[in-house]
Amino acid sequence: MAATVETIEQVEQLGTEKYKYGFVTDIESEMAPKGLSEEVIRFISAKKEEPEWMLEWRLKAYEHFKTMEEPDWAKVEYTPIDLSDIYYYAAPKIKDRPNSLDEVDPELLRTYEKLGIPLKEQEVLAGVVAVDAVFDSVSVATTYRKKLAEYGVIFCSISEAIKEHPELVKKYLGSVVPYSDNYFATLNCAVFTDGSFVYIPKGVRCPMELSTYFRINAENTGQFERTLIIAEEGSYVSYLEGCTAPQRDENQLHAAVVELVAMKEAEIKYSTVQNWYPGDDTGAGGIYNFVTKRGACRGDSSKISWTQVETGSAVTWKYPSCILQGDNSVGEFYSVAITNNAQQADTGTKMIHIGKNTKSTIISKGISAGKADNTYRGLVKVLPGAEGARNYTQCDSLLIGDQCGAHTVPYIESRNPSARIEHEATTSKISEDQLFYCSQRGLSEEDAVSIIVNGFCKEVMKELPMEFAVEAQKLIGISLEGSVG
Amino acid sequence: MALLEIKNLHASLEEEDKEILKGIDLVIQPGEVHAIMGPNGSGKSTLSYVLAGRDGYEVTEGEVTFDGKDLLELEANERANEGVFLAFQYPVEIPGVPGMTFLREALNSKRKYHGEEELDAMQFLKLVREKAKALEMGDDMLKRAVNVGFSGGEKKRNEILQMAVLEPTLCVLDETDSGLDIDALKIVADGVNALRNENRGMLLITHYQRLLDYIQPDFVHVMAAGKIQRSGGKELALELEEKGYADFTGKAA
Repeated sequence: MAATVETIEQVEQLGTEKYKYGFVTDIESEMAPKGLSEEVIRFISAKKEEPEWMLEWRLKAYEHFKTMEEPDWAKVEYTPIDLSDIYYYAAPKIKDRPNSLDEVDPELLRTYEKLGIPLKEQEVLAGVVAVDAVFDSVSVATTYRKKLAEYGVIFCSISEAIKEHPELVKKYLGSVVPYSDNYFATLNCAVFTDGSFVYIPKGVRCPMELSTYFRINAENTGQFERTLIIAEEGSYVSYLEGCTAPQRDENQLHAAVVELVAMKEAEIKYSTVQNWYPGDDTGAGGIYNFVTKRGACRGDSSKISWTQVETGSAVTWKYPSCILQGDNSVGEFYSVAITNNAQQADTGTKMIHIGKNTKSTIISKGISAGKADNTYRGLVKVLPGAEGARNYTQCDSLLIGDQCGAHTVPYIESRNPSARIEHEATTSKISEDQLFYCSQRGLSEEDAVSIIVNGFCKEVMKELPMEFAVEAQKLIGISLEGSVG
Repeated sequence: MALLEIKNLHASLEEEDKEILKGIDLVIQPGEVHAIMGPNGSGKSTLSYVLAGRDGYEVTEGEVTFDGKDLLELEANERANEGVFLAFQYPVEIPGVPGMTFLREALNSKRKYHGEEELDAMQFLKLVREKAKALEMGDDMLKRAVNVGFSGGEKKRNEILQMAVLEPTLCVLDETDSGLDIDALKIVADGVNALRNENRGMLLITHYQRLLDYIQPDFVHVMAAGKIQRSGGKELALELEEKGYADFTGKAA
């Protein structure tokens, strides 16, 4: 129909001027020499004043990395990454880590203000959210630390944790994602620069949402952050990460590792709103987002829940997973992945059922517009001992226009006859009837698409912490602006 | 000034290049209720789509003036915000979007368009509950996703509720009676009658005379083969009920 032709034209015309986080902060950086080598790793470790065991671990990972090859099984195509052309360490020049926000470079604070991240503690949503902000390779500020300390909660940068809580880091770092895990994770082990560390002691319900904001600023830098969250017996924490980057012509690499450990009856809720720069309409300049996220439900009746809203990046390669070791443990994965223009996303989850009566739920909503490709790739694996394991998977794809693609690749392996696994998948398009109905009620095309897509994603959006749900809803609207004519 | 003035309107489907409306003339004054009756395929629904600004239809000749403005120049959502409302023959489902949310978006779009302040959730809730009560619609119905899992009658009541909340100046009701049992028809008709006033015009599109027992029109037009073949008072509807459309389809062929 004519309207479809218009839609397609509109999509083709869509530029990237809508990415409002594309500015660059003019701040002096201290960089490691370009490229990847043992010297660079030693440089990073020395800069961070790390203990010897940490350096050894990095070097061990690097040795292993040299034997590995970049994986090519994902349904994504991109120009190969030249690892020798990346700065692995870029830090805003500051003498020492600031003790309070007053000592943080005002230019940095302004950057976060522009991003809508209130670092000034009194502004932080009336005490609901504590924020750790990572700028290029270093963590610049962690708010509300004193208040959290009263509860025994440790929330700091991973670099500080390595120095101040080595026993915890040693025990858990690499225990969920080992240094030899996969190409990008191993690279991360060798060169990770900063990230967040969270420790919730036994029986404590973390009194506020914890949040990290990641920002890639410097040119040709990779961001290799490392996050480690440990929830002791009977504790609870809700954690949110958000990401943005300036608009550049060169693709930038982001290879993060996130490890979660939940002990007996502990619960970790991990939410991501990912809005890295997606590149222009050909995909040039966008972030390559190759991320390894995994949680271990170590204790009985523990629970890990991943919620992600992925709207940015040129290429996304990400499978937040749960290892359900403890009996009666629960893993959840709620995902909204939006791809527009030339964006590509290959994302999903792995649920590994080991303990008895373990339960997992996967709800994935993929939205594809422009010439984008969106793939759900997921594994549900039930081991012989996982008596009574249950999984429910629902994968819905929504297409806008006729040049985009949606793919669903579920892998199911069950080695226990008592397991119950359900998989449902649907593919639909935003119909012209729906658009006309909305516009006949006075909604603009953009509001119409936004409301229809938000309706489509509702089951996932309701899992987001209240404070961020509104922001995520708006982001969905912005990401799809101009996708329908 | 007439509320709606249609002059020699010709329109065709863009993809088929087939003319469906072949010169429609119609004037609706504020406060008047007009009914257009006609056999299937006569172009009744096309007329409603062309008035509402649906994509895929091309106006090849003629003009439409609404409230002094050139209606055909406006986008579909602008027409809606100017006060044109189309009650759909087949109301569309929007999964995951609560009816309340949808209607609030719609009302606030209109208020924004007219430079008025948007209503907050509480103000809106109060307004909707009031209007919904008259249509025997409870909160549970308002919370459900737009038209999803609604019966035919519920869908039509929902359309009338939207009409009552948005307060349009021109209501076009496309086969509102189709798929309704007698009780549902009465509720819907009462809802429509309650909205009749001296400023508001209505255009009822219907195949059967039955609806007109409950909503009494001021004028009845017979449409066939893309044209209005005859106009008269409400007695014309009764005549059609008796004789059928054969006279008109014969003449048009």
